[in-house]
Amino acid sequence: MTAARSARKGTLVAVVSTLAVATVVALSIGSSPSWPLVQKAFFDGTYFSTSLPDVAGAFFINVQLFVLAEILILPLGLLIALARSITSPALAPLRIFATVYTDFFRGVPSILVIYVLGFGVPALRLPGVPKEPFFWALVTLVLIYSAYVSEVYRAGIESIHPSQERAARALGLTRFQALRFVVLPQALRRVVPPLLNDFIGLQKDTALVSILGVVEAFKQAQILKSANFNFTPLMTTALIFLVITIPMTRLVDRLAAKDRAAQQGGAR
Amino acid sequence: MSTTRSRIAIGQTTRMAVVVMAMAMLLAACGGTAVSPTSSVYDSCVKEKLAVKTAGKLTLSTDNPAYSPWFQGGNEGATVWVGDYNNDPAKGQGYEGAVAYAVAAKLGFTADEVVWIQSAFDQSFAPGAKDFDLFLNQVSIKPARAEAIDFSSGYYDVAQGVVTIEGSPIAGATSIADLKTAKLGAQIGTTSLDAITSVIKPDTEPAVFNTNDEAVAALEGGIIDGIVTDVPTAFYMRDAQLTGGIIVGQLPSASGTQEQFGIVMEKGSPLTACVSSAVEALKADGTLAALLTEWIADKASAPVLK
Repeated sequence: MTAARSARKGTLVAVVSTLAVATVVALSIGSSPSWPLVQKAFFDGTYFSTSLPDVAGAFFINVQLFVLAEILILPLGLLIALARSITSPALAPLRIFATVYTDFFRGVPSILVIYVLGFGVPALRLPGVPKEPFFWALVTLVLIYSAYVSEVYRAGIESIHPSQERAARALGLTRFQALRFVVLPQALRRVVPPLLNDFIGLQKDTALVSILGVVEAFKQAQILKSANFNFTPLMTTALIFLVITIPMTRLVDRLAAKDRAAQQGGAR
Repeated sequence: MSTTRSRIAIGQTTRMAVVVMAMAMLLAACGGTAVSPTSSVYDSCVKEKLAVKTAGKLTLSTDNPAYSPWFQGGNEGATVWVGDYNNDPAKGQGYEGAVAYAVAAKLGFTADEVVWIQSAFDQSFAPGAKDFDLFLNQVSIKPARAEAIDFSSGYYDVAQGVVTIEGSPIAGATSIADLKTAKLGAQIGTTSLDAITSVIKPDTEPAVFNTNDEAVAALEGGIIDGIVTDVPTAFYMRDAQLTGGIIVGQLPSASGTQEQFGIVMEKGSPLTACVSSAVEALKADGTLAALLTEWIADKASAPVLK
């Protein structure tokens, strides 16, 4: 009874304080003498509705790009993570390569990689090497995000207590079997939320393909913006990206909460 | 020009004050045309009466890098427009550089009273107050754009051209029909892109680059078959940027109306009428034609493709 009442009271306080803050923000932005100018430049209804079909159509390229990239990144990132976890001295070159790879591709800005690969490699005019900007944008995203994702996997693998592997080995499993059947299943479940987090970043980075001349959603918006000197098409693009990424973030939150409950409560 | 401008001003603004101000400026402009231009265009457009950003100075702006033939003379001693092929606009050389100083002189500013600042293309039309008085950056005049900023009268008649390199599928093209199957590229924000979609109408979607330099890199890499850009820039690409560059030809204008470059000023700028009059005066007294001969010469046109 008291618990229900205090919960209701909590909801009421939350609603009132949210409304109060929103009102103050809206009033202070709206009271700026330049607000009508900014509104016309960024939030023009006509430019929004005229740009929507063009930008949404171009967004299909972003979707293709991130779906293909995600399919490639998941196994590649895992391979790199495993290569980095190798302890055998004979396979040290593999471990060193994986370490250098993750250091390099996490360290350089994506935009530089896309420039070098997208403009530089086709200029070599090597027979059989694709020159399609879409291809090189895909390669760039896979290279960079595999590095991020491999570190997520590695963190997951290392979070599994060593006793798990030792117990598995004691039961007669080989090192590979222990990894495959004991460590990875536990590790992968833990890394799902951070993996999805990286994929949200990947979806936004598909706009990088625009540098190579491909007219995807962001470039389409820029074309319309420059044609009319009005920034509203960029807001249209923002909305389209949000429509995709917000459900993803909610899903991440839910998975994280579920995982926490499973770990703490034991209830599956 | 004046009638078009006033229609735009009245149609777009809701604030009475701005309308009144615009009308006053137009009246001043109309009154001024009768007076023969001396050192300044007319009485209310003298330096002392102009509401410039910094008193006694005319603040001009363009993007960085500044390319030939629009800006020339190199960049020795410059701190902003640095790097190979870049040009310091303060040299007053190249067609736009020279036009900028000619307009400044018409308004009564000496070369010493001209200050150059760098603005990105997008900054020139972002909402709100601008840091510059005048922005010259090969900006084509379009009615929709004039809702966000003010344009002066046009100071250059633009024609679009096609440039390619040896070995490209369109290296031997002689007609617009020959370009139909080509993968063409253009710089974003240019009317060159409109020319591709409305005049050439190619089978493949055009590639759109953030800068002309990237379009050149894509052409050299075989990613695209040709670039559409304004004709003087096409000549510049052929002569300075491309190895084995070829001018395919010039495109007929899309809508039948002559495309022009105009000087950009902030929306409702008190300078617009004066700057337009200055440009008109420079056109009438032959200055613009002389500067065109001096800086662009035979690179302003190419054989028109049919």
